[in-house]
Amino acid sequence: MTGGHRFWPSVTKAMLWAFLCAMGLLVIYPLFWMGLGGFKSNSQIFSDPFALPESWSFANYLTAWQATQGYMVSSLLVTLISTLTTVTISAWTAFGLTRTEIPGKPLVVGIVLGGMMLSPTVALVPLVRMLQDYGIYDTHAALILLYTAFRVPFTTFLIRAYMLDLPRDLDEAAMMDGASPGQIFRKVILPLCQPILISCVVLHILFAWNEYLFAMIFTNSPGVQTLPVGLTSMMSKQGTNFAAVFAAMTISALPIVIIFFLTQRYFIRGLTQGIGK
Amino acid sequence: MKGAAGTSTGPGRADGAPHPIRRGLGALWSLRWVAVALGIVGWFVYFPILNNFVVSTTRHDIFTGEVAQIGLDNYRRLIADPVIATALWNNTAYALLSILFQVFGAFWLAAIVEGLRSDRWRSIWRAVYFIPSAISTTVTGLLFYFIYQPGIGILDGLLTELGLEHLSRVWLGESSTAIYAIIAMSQWQGFGYSTLLFSVAIQKIPQELYDAARMDGAGSLRQVWSITMPMTREMTGMMIIVTVTGAFQVFNEVMVMTAGGPNNSSQVLGTWLFEQGFNQNDMGYAAAIGSLIFGVTMLCGVAQLWYTRHRRVLA
Repeated sequence: MTGGHRFWPSVTKAMLWAFLCAMGLLVIYPLFWMGLGGFKSNSQIFSDPFALPESWSFANYLTAWQATQGYMVSSLLVTLISTLTTVTISAWTAFGLTRTEIPGKPLVVGIVLGGMMLSPTVALVPLVRMLQDYGIYDTHAALILLYTAFRVPFTTFLIRAYMLDLPRDLDEAAMMDGASPGQIFRKVILPLCQPILISCVVLHILFAWNEYLFAMIFTNSPGVQTLPVGLTSMMSKQGTNFAAVFAAMTISALPIVIIFFLTQRYFIRGLTQGIGK
Repeated sequence: MKGAAGTSTGPGRADGAPHPIRRGLGALWSLRWVAVALGIVGWFVYFPILNNFVVSTTRHDIFTGEVAQIGLDNYRRLIADPVIATALWNNTAYALLSILFQVFGAFWLAAIVEGLRSDRWRSIWRAVYFIPSAISTTVTGLLFYFIYQPGIGILDGLLTELGLEHLSRVWLGESSTAIYAIIAMSQWQGFGYSTLLFSVAIQKIPQELYDAARMDGAGSLRQVWSITMPMTREMTGMMIIVTVTGAFQVFNEVMVMTAGGPNNSSQVLGTWLFEQGFNQNDMGYAAAIGSLIFGVTMLCGVAQLWYTRHRRVLA
């Protein structure tokens, strides 16, 4: 039985339950309102904010789906590829940092993990010039590269912590049997790290799907922009068709909420190990 | 743990001491494990950030393309710029209110949730409160943009229902309320995240401590006060540092909801950097603002390092 006090006398208990429910309502109602807004007609949005939709029409959701499809594809592409590159590079690096002899290891650890402290905002100005010089400004490649570079430190930090706690008996046994470091990495360590790898995948998906700063500054054609940027530009394009914007917001939030509920366990492990936002 | 300092990288180990050249090459070859990470992080994280300091001492003429070395002029401007003062205050208000709600508020919420008897309800509440943190700030920012809108939004609707119409205003359109309306949204979005972290910290507290306290006749509030609170102090300290760092890097929510307006009243350092660099095309000055953000986040980072070094937080 894990901690917590498990008590609360009955009078306070009723009050506390009321409080928890109120907080729950505070969280859920705005989201519910957003989802409902997508079903309303535009005139109804202006007439009574609390009313339920008069007719449950999917027209706005259809409009929003068509308007956001392109952004959705970009988001998927950038998210999937950068997840793959980030987690692969980080696992590879974490193995090197915990299981091999590297000259100047403390320095390497400091450089890689130190990257966690550096804020993306500070790199913005020089990055514009760099990406333009390399000819990758306004491409998916730019976002994939940046998401990978800025998330490798944090992801390596999580995997390294996990690898440090793994017992060494197995990889030592494998080495006795003549396995090379590469084989030990692939056949022994990686399978053992599966839980933390899943946590890292989930956390990276959350990051990449929601990232706004880089996506807004380094992309400007609709075919390249990701969902968060697409949403804001849709907002200006749709003018006062707010119902469609509500629907688009709901559509872009839904996948990540579903992923959260499906992978809660891994999500929580990753977050608590890292306490990094 | 045996062999903790390392296991060999391979060739030449069997016959005792390998040839020095061979060992040197082996060491070099072993760098392959970290080369990719060092390369990409060095190139796209460290290099631009160092470069930022160089850019901050220049003025770039966008018409002639001429770059002039102007030394510390941009930094002098920084000190004299009234919007920087506003931004610094807004970031500070962000930090203080976030500490209040997302650290102390979240602690009490977690203590309440973890005090529930039902396992199922504990995990339900944790998950429900976390939902907004999983959603992008663009979506939540836009959502609250609508919530704050007079006529469409539920905030004014709610005030009207409660008979408090006189309180309603253009929340994001008035200089005195804009930044606080944004901060409020941010609390709504973030409190579940820190509640979850506190919940996990509370779960790690041994049950015996509570049992013993109960034997001694300590009430529930007393138990939270004298067991839960001190036992989660490390997490609290860590959360304060993370929250402050986050507060000085804020960008998305302000950009989406007000873009710093009205009259720059809701500018934060991040959005002012964006405005100067990308709307005014004054890259040199934007870089100087970047250096300021760097300074503040570095301070927080050092505090964090110092803190983890002194207390083993991450077990």
